[in-house]
Amino acid sequence: MTDLAPSRPESFFSDRFSITSGLMERVLGGNLIGKVDDADIYLEYRINEELVLEEGTVKKASRHVSQGAGVRAQSGTRTGYAHTDEISIKNLEEAARQARAIADRGATSGVLALPTRGRPHDLYTLAEPPIVTDLARKLDLLRRIDAETRAVDTRVKQVIASMTSEEVIMLIATASGWTVGDIRPLTRLSVTAIAEDGGRREIGSYGGGGRVTFDFFLEEGRWRRFAAEAARQAALKLAAVDAPAGEMTVVLGPGWPGILLHEAIGHGLEGDFNRKRTSAFAGRMGQKVASELVTVIDDGTIPNRRGSLNVDDEGTPTGRTVLIENGILTGYMQDRLNARLMDMKPTGNGRRESYAHPPMPRMTNTFMLAGGDDPEEILKSVKRGLYAVTFGGGQVDITNGKFVFSASEAYLVEDGRVTAPVKGATLIGNGPEALTRVSRVGRDLKLDEGVGTCGKDGQSVPVGVGLPTIRIDGITVGGTAV
Amino acid sequence: MNTDLLISVLKRAAQRGATAADGYLVEESHFGASVRMREIETLRHSREQRLSLRVFAGRASAAASTSDLSRESLERVVDEATALAKVTAEDPHAGLPEPSALIERVPDLDLADASDDLSPEEKIEIARRAEAAALESDSRITNSEGAEYSDRRARYAYATSHGFAHDYATTSFGISVAPIASRNGEMQRDYWYSSARKRARLEDPVAVGRTAAARALRRLGARKMKTVEVPVVFDPETAASLVRSIAGAASGPSLYRRASFLLDRLGTKIAAPAVTIVDDALIPAALGSRPFDGEGLATGRTVLVREGVLESYLLDTYSARKLGLQSTHHAGRDGSGVSISTTNLMLLPGKTTPQELIRSVKNGLYVTELIGFGVNGVTGDYSRGAAGQWIENGELAYPVEEVTVAGNLLAMLAAIDGVGDDLVLRDRTVAPTIRIARMVVAGT
Repeated sequence: MTDLAPSRPESFFSDRFSITSGLMERVLGGNLIGKVDDADIYLEYRINEELVLEEGTVKKASRHVSQGAGVRAQSGTRTGYAHTDEISIKNLEEAARQARAIADRGATSGVLALPTRGRPHDLYTLAEPPIVTDLARKLDLLRRIDAETRAVDTRVKQVIASMTSEEVIMLIATASGWTVGDIRPLTRLSVTAIAEDGGRREIGSYGGGGRVTFDFFLEEGRWRRFAAEAARQAALKLAAVDAPAGEMTVVLGPGWPGILLHEAIGHGLEGDFNRKRTSAFAGRMGQKVASELVTVIDDGTIPNRRGSLNVDDEGTPTGRTVLIENGILTGYMQDRLNARLMDMKPTGNGRRESYAHPPMPRMTNTFMLAGGDDPEEILKSVKRGLYAVTFGGGQVDITNGKFVFSASEAYLVEDGRVTAPVKGATLIGNGPEALTRVSRVGRDLKLDEGVGTCGKDGQSVPVGVGLPTIRIDGITVGGTAV
Repeated sequence: MNTDLLISVLKRAAQRGATAADGYLVEESHFGASVRMREIETLRHSREQRLSLRVFAGRASAAASTSDLSRESLERVVDEATALAKVTAEDPHAGLPEPSALIERVPDLDLADASDDLSPEEKIEIARRAEAAALESDSRITNSEGAEYSDRRARYAYATSHGFAHDYATTSFGISVAPIASRNGEMQRDYWYSSARKRARLEDPVAVGRTAAARALRRLGARKMKTVEVPVVFDPETAASLVRSIAGAASGPSLYRRASFLLDRLGTKIAAPAVTIVDDALIPAALGSRPFDGEGLATGRTVLVREGVLESYLLDTYSARKLGLQSTHHAGRDGSGVSISTTNLMLLPGKTTPQELIRSVKNGLYVTELIGFGVNGVTGDYSRGAAGQWIENGELAYPVEEVTVAGNLLAMLAAIDGVGDDLVLRDRTVAPTIRIARMVVAGT
């Protein structure tokens, strides 16, 4: 595991594959520059490690290496993309020819690529990246989590504790003569508890991580808290009653329920859907799309966060984009292609799952700014409704704006008091409308623990969300209790 | 020649102290052409390969994979995996299948198209025709997320330290179209697709485009409903998602973790008598077919549910040993190791036409789309976002959106009181139209 000795991306690719930024620029210059509107070469080397402990024993220990290069050429709205998993100058030349042949099938638009410049951030330089941390320490922590989770509640019969660690080294050369690299550590610890009582079984999950060291999990009692949360959720749900069905007032807790923003408005504000006018938010810039209490931001520059990046996967430094300010739609998230075609600026949101995929506009860390309300008071203001604090996944239909997100821990609220826990239920709403119904915003903004993965068009990327406690006056809760 | 590389990797693992090992090698090439509003949008071309290795040191195991097949890289992968196996704990159930269980003759399932490859222009033209058919079918089709043609050629090789070494080739082809219909400021998107192992078996791109357009158009004017408990009819696409949920709960790891609503239910009634679910790996030229599983075991036809009774789980060697059962030869293989994977999974058809199923409903929902992840595999609790058509007096009356359908999968399976005759093997998991007697549809 010494093959990842800290080095700059440029020297990594030149030492290992004899590919220098000069060679990349030559491939671009010889094949693409001046012949297409924009082009880039992306090199990636990724090591991924997965450790899974089940029933107190290591069920899975695996290590995966993937590497490759993607060459992209763009003319007008066309993209040619070719990739290879053998990084060599011969293959780069070949990929560049293929990508260009693709983009060449029409005249260029005459709109030249925006120059990308700007200093990359330094958001996650780590003393010891998690991928190099000794396996024995990781396995030992997983064993302690297993024991701790069982100790929290005797009804916990099964524990699955896992840790994934990753390191991605990337280097991108763009047609504007800008070559930039990044080394991205990422780790995640997950705990799943299955509790049983009198024939009823339930599942609870919790976890966290980010672009942090292994020691992050040991700090502030984090791993114990993850273990306790997983056990608590599983045990709590054993007593859950049927969730209500129908439209009602919903209070969302702080942190991970920010997935609401990701689904309800985030995807709809990605540049590609707005350029193509296929988003329910298309053409609504400057209009009111949320209550004036609502300001939503996408920020890829928060140190050590799962969704943060020093530069995006097109080499643009990430930024802080105000999507909604006091209820008014103010910004889209852009990659280079869509920014160019919409005559806007790239916002550092061009991301890709790996070298095998062309970039698209994607979110980074998306959250709502805190308001002035006391979270307790927000709950007290509800006569009858639902208080949802933990969610599973969500999904959105960009075009009609309908989105769902599934509560995995939620309670009834009766006369301002939080009462019975309810079974999981999906919440469904309409993106352009849901945030207009936000009537209270708490002062307790919290970012999630660092577990989110977003899927779009078959590509997964790590993201973050955040939310203060908020009250929504009317959203449909998909329970079974009529 | 693919197996030669695997065999040399397995030899090195043995030299490094592995007591047993198996390896899987996938090589594939892919081409994709997408067209949007009649213009080429993206063309993608790729070649990929990945070797994954599982090694055992006694009863301890580890896995590793790489996309770099250079000698140095492969040596590193072997060394890392064997080193990893030595630090993981012993697991009495870990290990390869018994050598006697391995397949001897690999059946030819006709999974690869031998016809000549089309030129990129011809492929683009297929996508263009499919999208054009959607755009031209109605003036309310005003926009599009585009159409795509794709093809993939792959070769899978598997070898074990027992001496098993076989490979097979597959091809797959696909067309998909996602048009947008609009009227009075409302926009609705839907899609349709066709996929097949043989290019000649793809549906006509024009027909795919027209179906996609019709699906988007029928959503225009969608309303939200009041919350009610009514009969719900699932179309074949959404019914197939219920079958996938059942397969997930019947898979070995969910069971030995006691994280399945089908735990301890083998041999018992879990669904209405009209429900029979079969997984058949040996259908010639079908999308889910495979000649052997990810551990070299012969594939076949497994009856998962027969007339409502749960007859089999879906197991690989490890989960079978854990549960004291026999593998059902459902090991799948991906970059990260062994998992359970179904082949051609089908809810078998009944004798009622889908029209009759709809006609049998006085007031209810015909579901054509489900979104979200609201299925709890441990309890079977089910709550998902839905869209479709409202049924009034046996007729599709108007489109519905922004509702949820909720229940519990066991109760839903027991309440299936109609199974359509419209099963088409057009994907890996398929179902006919089904009717569930009662579910809660939540709206306003």
